[in-house]
Amino acid sequence: MENNFLLKIRSLHTYFFTDEGVAKAVDGVDLELEEGGTLGLVGESGCGKSVTALSIMRLIPEPPGKIVEGEITFNGTNLLTLSEAEMRKIRGRSISMIFQEPMTSLNPVFQIGDQISEVLRLHEGMSRKGAWNRSVEMLKLVGIPAPERRVMEYPHQLSGGMRQRAMIAMALACSPKLMIADEPTTALDVTIQAQILELMNRLQKEKGMSLILITHNLGVIAETARKVAVMYAGRIVEYTDVRSIFATPKHPYTQGLLKSIPRLDEHHGRKEKLEAIPGLVPSLLDLPVGCKFSNRCKYVFDRCVEEPPLLEPVPGHLVRCWLYEKK
Amino acid sequence: MNADGNLVEVKKLTKFFPVHSHFFSRAKTFVQAVVGVNLSIRRGETLGLVGESGCGKSTLGRLILRLEEPTAGEIFFENEDILRYDSERLRHLRRQMQIIFQDPYSSLNPRKTVGSIILEPLIIHKIGTKKEREERVLKLMEVVGLRPEHINRYPHEFSGGQRQRIGIARALALNPKLIIADEPVSALDVSIQAQVLNLLADLQEEFHLTYLFIAHDLSVVEHISDRVAVMHLGRVAELALSEDLYRSPKHPYTQALLSANPFPDPTLERKRIILQGEVPSPIHPPPGCNFHTRCPHRFEPCDKEVPQFKEIEPNHWVACYLYGPNQ
Repeated sequence: MENNFLLKIRSLHTYFFTDEGVAKAVDGVDLELEEGGTLGLVGESGCGKSVTALSIMRLIPEPPGKIVEGEITFNGTNLLTLSEAEMRKIRGRSISMIFQEPMTSLNPVFQIGDQISEVLRLHEGMSRKGAWNRSVEMLKLVGIPAPERRVMEYPHQLSGGMRQRAMIAMALACSPKLMIADEPTTALDVTIQAQILELMNRLQKEKGMSLILITHNLGVIAETARKVAVMYAGRIVEYTDVRSIFATPKHPYTQGLLKSIPRLDEHHGRKEKLEAIPGLVPSLLDLPVGCKFSNRCKYVFDRCVEEPPLLEPVPGHLVRCWLYEKK
Repeated sequence: MNADGNLVEVKKLTKFFPVHSHFFSRAKTFVQAVVGVNLSIRRGETLGLVGESGCGKSTLGRLILRLEEPTAGEIFFENEDILRYDSERLRHLRRQMQIIFQDPYSSLNPRKTVGSIILEPLIIHKIGTKKEREERVLKLMEVVGLRPEHINRYPHEFSGGQRQRIGIARALALNPKLIIADEPVSALDVSIQAQVLNLLADLQEEFHLTYLFIAHDLSVVEHISDRVAVMHLGRVAELALSEDLYRSPKHPYTQALLSANPFPDPTLERKRIILQGEVPSPIHPPPGCNFHTRCPHRFEPCDKEVPQFKEIEPNHWVACYLYGPNQ
């Protein structure tokens, strides 16, 4: 029985060609997402998670970027073979995206209602009035009080949490099958973050929508994702379900990340040190030979001069590390 | 509380910022950034100051340093009223208290080398001879984990975490007694955050520092602080020992904040306290308890008068009518 994945990414390579060299932002990523599923994409700055999302949306600026290789199959179609005109029909309609900074992703000179309406008029051919009314409904759906008033306001008149909700409203207007949320709550206060995450969870259930959630916040991942992929230096280094990532992390990087976050449930005494991963994330223009994490890994051994493939020591749990090579 | 044990004490500290409707108008309304705060920082401790955007925590830090002048109230440093200081004594005082800023990108002069950034406070305060100053800069760089051969590099050549280390070295240059760290790790990746937090803990021990640690990330604050004060809309809602605050938070706002914090444990079934509504404006704070409009436990007295900040258990202070009437 053929897989019924909504999204399937195979061997994605997105590079940036700069004066200082080629930055391989995404260097061989395979991912899958089932209908209605939630995939968490975790990693720190520069790991390639945002570039992966932009690659799916085909929003990579060309030049200096380019998807040099790969296949992104969405609902049976390889998005990389589509023309720009065909891709535009998909963006905002079947696949939509919300970004980290709602103030910079909303157009400051247009009313909220206009911005949501634009999506509806473009993709569903709605009339001006019809789209406006639907916009009010969408704002209500995302929990904005007095939506008939707010719909006439400009982004600067809304708080950060409300702008993010407005962006979610825009992203949901055409009932997309897939929503990509890139750090949707990082810029928000924690109580507003909780509201937004709860909203996204609820809407997902109600609309059967699939979600790719990109974040570096492991707490958010624990509460929202079902499957988790950890990225480092443009690659996936670990991939499994959310419980396993936290209960039995296998990759030394994942283990290091989990140990380095201060935890509210553990109070060992104030001066207890966090176990920090030594060193820095390498520059994409100056990656180590072999395993990209080898220069920071406490388990590094001779095998690591060769880059490991994704191994599967336990069914359903992939890890890119020679420690799990079967002898 | 032993008065000798307090490095800093603020009494009824208040700061209102005027809001001008246009450039030349006289201000009719004010942003009530800090209102009637009573707080002390004990010698050698780390006092955490936590709250969401706009709660006044950064302003409070700046008031203590006299980077802002208070509208009302008193500030004592080592039992002396520093608001009476003339510019000469104030300059001398500035050697005793330093600040580390949140943004490692905007807090360093991009046109100065690392060496000259760290050297600057020594020159301004005329510390030592040229040779002694240079030795001190090298020592400071070593102490914060920067390589001495980078002394002539510019900020843009460093990562965020390294720049934050430069900011820390600069803050240590004058051997201060108090360091106010205003969101020092918020802009950093998780693994770098752990490194910098460990560094701050080491430095505190080595140089007998007192910290006021301002942040919005509860897990980070709990980890590093001895006591934590929670601020809401310019006032302190709760103050307790770190472990007491997290084990048994008394103020409904603290409870909501803790509940909203996403937890890196997917097996946890949590009952979330989702606050309803928007954060009230600091220009028109609600009457009575400034949290009552969002409080799930509000009752009869809450919208009448501001509740008193009382010690309801040893070392545990709250401003909330749930814990007995006003005195």
